[in-house]
Amino acid sequence: MNEIPLTHILFLSTALFFIGMYGLFTRRNLITMLMSIELMLNSVNINFVAFNKYLFPDKLDGLFFSLFIITIAAAEAAVAIAIIINLYRSHQSIDVDDATEMKF
Amino acid sequence: MSNYLYILWIPLLPLATFVVLGLFGRKYFAKSAGIISTASLLTSTILSFVAAKQYFFVDEKVNGIYQKIIALKYTWLQFSPNVSIDMGVIVDPISVMMLIVVTSVSLMVHVFSLGYMKGEERFATYYAFLSLFTFSMLGLILSVNIFQVYMFWELVGASSFLLIGYYFNKPSAVAASKKAFIVTRFADLGFLIGIMIMGFYGGTLDIGLLIQKLTSVQSPEFLSMTSTSFLGASMLTWGLTLIFMGGAGKSAMFPLHIWLPDAMEGPTPVSALIHAATMVVAGVYLVARLFPIFSMDEAALTIVTYVGAFSALLAAIIACTQTDIKRVLAYSTMSQIGYMMFALGISKNGGEAGLGYMASMFHLFTHAFFKSLLFLGAGAVIHMVHSNEMKDMGGLRKLMPITHAAFLIACLAIAGIPPFAGFFSKEEILTAAFHENKLIYGVALFTAALTSFYMFRLYFNIFWSKEAPAKAHSAGHDHAHNDAHDHGEGSWTMKLPLIILAACAVGVGFIPFSQFITSDGAALETHIDMIFSIAPVSLSIIAILLSASFYKNQNTKSDKAVALFGGFYRAAYKKFYVDELYLFITKKIVFPLIGQPIAWADRNIVDGFVLLIANTTAKISTAIKGLQSGKVQNYALYFFGGVIALSVLFIYIWK
Repeated sequence: MNEIPLTHILFLSTALFFIGMYGLFTRRNLITMLMSIELMLNSVNINFVAFNKYLFPDKLDGLFFSLFIITIAAAEAAVAIAIIINLYRSHQSIDVDDATEMKF
Repeated sequence: MSNYLYILWIPLLPLATFVVLGLFGRKYFAKSAGIISTASLLTSTILSFVAAKQYFFVDEKVNGIYQKIIALKYTWLQFSPNVSIDMGVIVDPISVMMLIVVTSVSLMVHVFSLGYMKGEERFATYYAFLSLFTFSMLGLILSVNIFQVYMFWELVGASSFLLIGYYFNKPSAVAASKKAFIVTRFADLGFLIGIMIMGFYGGTLDIGLLIQKLTSVQSPEFLSMTSTSFLGASMLTWGLTLIFMGGAGKSAMFPLHIWLPDAMEGPTPVSALIHAATMVVAGVYLVARLFPIFSMDEAALTIVTYVGAFSALLAAIIACTQTDIKRVLAYSTMSQIGYMMFALGISKNGGEAGLGYMASMFHLFTHAFFKSLLFLGAGAVIHMVHSNEMKDMGGLRKLMPITHAAFLIACLAIAGIPPFAGFFSKEEILTAAFHENKLIYGVALFTAALTSFYMFRLYFNIFWSKEAPAKAHSAGHDHAHNDAHDHGEGSWTMKLPLIILAACAVGVGFIPFSQFITSDGAALETHIDMIFSIAPVSLSIIAILLSASFYKNQNTKSDKAVALFGGFYRAAYKKFYVDELYLFITKKIVFPLIGQPIAWADRNIVDGFVLLIANTTAKISTAIKGLQSGKVQNYALYFFGGVIALSVLFIYIWK
């Protein structure tokens, strides 16, 4: 059976990561930015799982790490959305360009 | 040995008064401050008399010598096993005598001030300061450790500063208090260095131990101190001279006397207490306290002698020309302290040759009474005339009979006319001077005559000269006579101290002083030699008669005398230009040559360095503050940039 080589998976995760990063920098909408962050987190997850599978098949560390990341991503999403709601209440907008008071 | 611990209460009571009045006086004791303070001081005075009685009469002398008793000693700061700063109470003849002087004169001044300062806005503050001063002075007297002396010395200086500047809205008073503070501080610098020299070579700061170590010729401390020399004088001479410099500053000896006449800007009772009877004799007391050490060093004693004699003469000459009555008294004080100083200077330690020491202390004792009487009398006069100038006075003898009588007694006492107090003490000083140093004796004799002259010049100008000017003063009033009378003598609180002090000025000369206070504690037989007294007394009487012919009635004789002396008179009137000389030195030499370069360095180098740091910080922050844009995505970009940079660093450079 022809296994998919590790590089393919790494290419996917790298692509996913930079897509997420591009979204984070270009989008002004906070929700979209949050989604981009999730993309980046998941690319990391893919990395963990892939390395675990290909390099240390008898260990579970990578899987556990990705599980943790999923959990934390959920918590982070909850907190981030709460922040976004508060931002909306005070600024009537969820555009990051409207919230630039914290400067020199 | 009986217990003298209660002596501790003598200084502590005024301290308590100071704390209470200082903190709560203006609010709660605005009217009763005087009574509280006087009552507390009265207790101190009674305790002092009890202590004196116990010390001199109840306790037995050991081998005919009064012992030095350390009633209390508490180690406050321990530097090394030998060197420590102690707080303590010493009981010996001079400290007990000074207790009596300070508490009783202070009490008189407290009582007098009840009338004199009545209605002052800062009445309670005034009494708080007076109490602080009394506490400091008593602490100074009772010091066992030379550093304790120094601390109380500074406290005395500080309270003197506060009291001279009591009328702080009067620019001249502020200037005077500043001057007094700076001049005495300059002198205290010498004192401090002297203490350090003594402490370094003597290996202790305890006065008793220091005396013990430095009076035995074989002791290693004495040998090392006399064998080490600096600029041609031994360390012992340096140490003692520097300590004497402190004493000279406080006692207004030439050339550090310039603050005393200006200090008369303070309220008159304060002048009576601080600048006549107590604080200014602190220098004499200091020399007397360390006298056994001074007596080991001929050079230091010679300095004491000549500074004292020169100050006595100089001040007496200046006093003859001044027109402000308080300034005349100030110079007279300086002159009398000069007397005490040179009496110490010509003395030896112990036995018959210690006559000068005993005479000096005796004069200190009698002088305190008649000089404070003179000041309080002058205070009463000023209270009535509202002026310090002689030309505003005259013919007051009928308006204020009690003041007149008291003032006359004090003048006779200071002039050394028997049987008043000053006669006895001055006679002892002159006798001592006659035996030791003929030049000093001549100066002393001449000064004594001058003293009589200027004191009676003052007396005749105030109480005779013109006829009752007060009538013109209150001519417009209906109750002109009553007004003048009521106001003239002041309340009984002002008269009572005058009467008591006048009694003292007559009586204290009869105390057989040489039985109690001598340089070695053993009684000394002295006698007044009638033949010897003829010269000074007759000179004094001639001076008084001369003064009477000049000033008793208005005439032109004094103007002729002034014309005769011409330039010399003007120089004396200008106080021999000592003030101007100091001003010249400070303004023309010290300020431009030392002060301004230092100020320049401070402005440009020290400040410049600090400003450089501040400016650099400000510039850098202006340059980089744009980074904090407030835009989340920019921050994220920096973050990624940082991560990438770190990754590159770890992967390619630090491998």
